[in-house]
Amino acid sequence: MAENLTSIDFAGLFTADNIVFCLLSAVILVCGFMSVASTKILRAATYLFFTLFAVAGLYLTLNYEFIAAVQLSVYAGGILVLLIFAIMLVKNLGTDTETTSYVNKTIAGIAALAGAVFAFITMSKYRFISNEEANDASEMIDMEMIGQTLMGTDKYQYLLAFEAVSILLLACIVGSIVVATKSKED
Amino acid sequence: MLEVGGILSWIHEALSSSCPEWLTLLIEYVLIGVGFLALYALIALILILLERKVCAYYQCRLGPMRAGFWGLLQPFADMIKILMKEIIPLLKNDKFLFFTALFLVIIGSLCTFGALQFSKDLVGIDFNVGVFYVLAISSLGVLGILLAGWSSNNKYTMIGAMRAGAQLVSYELSSGLSLLTIVILGGTMQLSGLIEAQSETWFLFQTPFTWIAMVIYLIAGHAETNRGPFDLPEAESELTAGYHIEYSGITFGLFYVGEYVNMFTIAGIGTMVFLGGWQPFHINAEWAAGFNGVMDMIPTWLWFFAKAFGLVMLSLWVRWSFPRLRIDQLLHLEWKILMPISLLNMLLMALWVTVLVPLFA
Repeated sequence: MAENLTSIDFAGLFTADNIVFCLLSAVILVCGFMSVASTKILRAATYLFFTLFAVAGLYLTLNYEFIAAVQLSVYAGGILVLLIFAIMLVKNLGTDTETTSYVNKTIAGIAALAGAVFAFITMSKYRFISNEEANDASEMIDMEMIGQTLMGTDKYQYLLAFEAVSILLLACIVGSIVVATKSKED
Repeated sequence: MLEVGGILSWIHEALSSSCPEWLTLLIEYVLIGVGFLALYALIALILILLERKVCAYYQCRLGPMRAGFWGLLQPFADMIKILMKEIIPLLKNDKFLFFTALFLVIIGSLCTFGALQFSKDLVGIDFNVGVFYVLAISSLGVLGILLAGWSSNNKYTMIGAMRAGAQLVSYELSSGLSLLTIVILGGTMQLSGLIEAQSETWFLFQTPFTWIAMVIYLIAGHAETNRGPFDLPEAESELTAGYHIEYSGITFGLFYVGEYVNMFTIAGIGTMVFLGGWQPFHINAEWAAGFNGVMDMIPTWLWFFAKAFGLVMLSLWVRWSFPRLRIDQLLHLEWKILMPISLLNMLLMALWVTVLVPLFA
């Protein structure tokens, strides 16, 4: 490890890609922490939104525009709007601060630590690919290829999974309508 | 020629001959950002004057006439006034969310605005998922409006935000579906590719289904900008001003500007997707070569702005002609009328592209 450290080209680290990466990572880490640490639930949701938004930015630096757009529309546009809507509809949930019990805090701490250890082990096992390599790979992926991969039945194509998810979503929609409908006797 | 591409490449060459590459890029990015912000503000000012004038003529008035010739300086006077106004702080509200909400609305609006292609050479962002990007990034506005309504700590803003949330989330569906109909026809999601596919004939004149998609897109887009018969979130006779009552001074001004530029962005996307963007009007026939040549003489940015402002005028016409809908009528219109039609329309367009076109080819 020691000889590797000395051979790192420190001037080469100050590329635009690296600076943008560090800024986005800082936003992800700080807002991720704040979303857990904040006692006001609506603020926590907003910090979560910033985290997800910065992750979309990270995808953009890798030229994966499709994943970035999916990240934005599914998480920022879909799930977070739903989350905030739900929080606003529940009375006083936005203003009350709740304290968590020590048991929960301990379990959460252990889970977070385990996640960090797992992430560290995974990261040390694999090397990071450079941005040039990533850009070379992503130039071949266009929308047509993504569409055919989602809709095909050959090897490495995902029609079955796609259909299974859509049936699941349909079941959710039907279920929510059934739950929301009041019966006539009420 | 009157194109701007020459000026842009001249700036690029002048910069790259005197600066290292990274500095050139940095200066150019900053210039592009400043340019977009300036255009954003300028279009908002133009639209505010246009709205006041058009509204006045619909109501047989003259509108602003005092500041400058024919009231042309009125929006600049308003801008200076609103910049100098006090921002009134609220007593019991979440200040952080209060101001974050404002910036979310503005960032969402500006990022969508950046996807417009003003002419052949004036292109901000051109992703290969262009249409999808536009749909994704415009949803930031909903989040901003919801947070603005909640963090103002006022029942009117809360009701306004709730209405806005229900309305925007619903109408996003049919505007997205009608854009996807065009993606099927064009065979690409890249906005420049879609515009390129319209160089002979605009999409509007290629299939009958494009007309249906365009009408649905314009209705849904109009609803997404919270205007016209769909202005329930800020219905002034019911909610005083909806989700932005508590904002004052320039914070209110930014909401106002964002709303007007959103109107232009919707018109601009409609122009790019249905009316050929910056492509001149061409008649695809032998005898019309002279006519096409004359149309080509008009600079492409003029074509874009002429079409986009045409759609803006349509939107103003609708706004000042129809009474406001009730919330149940609004949701009925979306979920029971526009949505089924646009789903069916998408199916028919897919059949047209996969069955009918190969049959006659």
